[in-house]
Amino acid sequence: MTKVFIYPTNSLILSDLIERFGHTPLAMMGQVHEKITTIGIDSPPLNITPEDPKHGLKYAAVEVPAGVRGRMALVGPLIDEAEAAIIVDDAAISFGCMGCARTNELTKFLARDKGIPVLELTYPYSDAEGKEFVYKIGEFLKSLTKEELS
Amino acid sequence: MSKEEENEQVKVALVSCGSEFAGVQSELDSAAEQVNAKLVYPEMDISSLDTIEMEFGLQVASADLKLMMARAKAVVEGTANVDGVFVTSCFRCAEAAIVRNEVRRYIHKNSDIPVISYSFTERTTAATLLTRMEALTTIARRKHLLAREVQTGLTAGLDSGSTTTKAAIMRDNELIGEGWVPTINVIESARKAYDIALEQAGVKEEDIQAIGTTGYGRFLLGKHFKAQLVQEEITVNSKGAVYLANQQKGPATVIDIGGMDNKAISVEDGIPGMFTMGGICAGASGRFLDMTAKRLGVEITELGKLAVKGMQDKVEMNSYCIVFGIQSLVNSLAQGSTAQNVAAAACHSVVEQIFEQQLQEIEVKEPLILVGGSSLIEGVPKALGDLLKIDVIVPPHSQLIGAVGAALLASGYAEE
Repeated sequence: MTKVFIYPTNSLILSDLIERFGHTPLAMMGQVHEKITTIGIDSPPLNITPEDPKHGLKYAAVEVPAGVRGRMALVGPLIDEAEAAIIVDDAAISFGCMGCARTNELTKFLARDKGIPVLELTYPYSDAEGKEFVYKIGEFLKSLTKEELS
Repeated sequence: MSKEEENEQVKVALVSCGSEFAGVQSELDSAAEQVNAKLVYPEMDISSLDTIEMEFGLQVASADLKLMMARAKAVVEGTANVDGVFVTSCFRCAEAAIVRNEVRRYIHKNSDIPVISYSFTERTTAATLLTRMEALTTIARRKHLLAREVQTGLTAGLDSGSTTTKAAIMRDNELIGEGWVPTINVIESARKAYDIALEQAGVKEEDIQAIGTTGYGRFLLGKHFKAQLVQEEITVNSKGAVYLANQQKGPATVIDIGGMDNKAISVEDGIPGMFTMGGICAGASGRFLDMTAKRLGVEITELGKLAVKGMQDKVEMNSYCIVFGIQSLVNSLAQGSTAQNVAAAACHSVVEQIFEQQLQEIEVKEPLILVGGSSLIEGVPKALGDLLKIDVIVPPHSQLIGAVGAALLASGYAEE
């Protein structure tokens, strides 16, 4: 079972596909769940406090806006943990979205730079492309299992 | 509008690109709550995110910036029923700064809903936002109060600023007493300024029908003097400025250079529209001029006279920082610059910062009214006029702008 980081980080479809192939998705939803269920913090809606952008300094310098560093405080640890990654470029907003283009650039760079297996795809806009899209993801996830077995 | 309506919660649309990720959301909510306002996310159709860039005319990479534009559209079209708008994005993000400014202009141009904008860091606190939020809700809630153009009865205004405390006594639309003392202890300084003003006016404190307080110490003074009106300085100063400059009808721009921060306010018929409030660096404030005067060994009142005789471009100033800026001036003096040139450079530096940091965010419409203690330093209005190439009006008693504005607005309560 491999820990697979996904981009867009909150894509339910990618997260579901990874689970179906027996791996562990590393997604934003888990991070947000952990944040909002942390007892003792009252900073709705996401329970992100001024401390989080400071934690984000591990991934981005102080001159990088607080919103980017706050997001990186959630995403960065997922990349640290990742053993593989699936990146979908130019996705429709409904497929998953981080909201901030600068965070997207940094997130994708860190995932590519980590030296783990990365599958990079373009978002499908037709049925044929959609089938090809799912097939490629399936093959990639199966190859992770084979690597584990070998 | 009844008192009950005045006390109703104001709904402020939050148009932001993700303040909840920057750790400042609770501070924004807290500032709103303190002025009985509630931040709401304007509802819009998710599909509008696919078309908003071409509709708005601005293509951006960040989805949350598309969301900002779509929410602004919902506000303008009335699908989001709100009383005011708070547009905010991360400090240091160029893409967000472009969208923030254009969204603010778009709402201002296409609706009469008051709007303010702010760029935040994770260090932004509710206290920093309070004055801005209070001004926004006042404009939304108390338009009838702001429509007042004539002072009636016998009223007083107290303006507790960061550097000086001012008092004004007004009777039947005339200023009859004034006091101006340095701020040391907020209440004691106000007491002193008030006593001076009462004595000059020749009236007793018990005869005063209503008091208004403004400035940093407004809450403390409001409680101590049992004021009828406790109001932030953006609303009060813009009212005081157009009143003293006799420019109550039509557009005007008010610039208030205070001891600690500056305000640039776009006014229409005496009611503030867009405004910005600087306060990150003291290098753009009256405090810088005060320090320059001390370094030159002259009274602050003499600095302006020196400045109008000087040429600022003969002095090299390579920092806006209050510490390094003063250092530049000291170096210039050491290299033989005249006190006149140094004074002119100091005035130019303050004005240039206001131009670069604040006037870019509001529409400068003539007449331009310069107020606050720094307006009395002749070099400052001259430098501002030279920079903007327009005539700058410094109204009589411009240093008393807050106190006069408070006395004027408080007279609404004297009538009651």
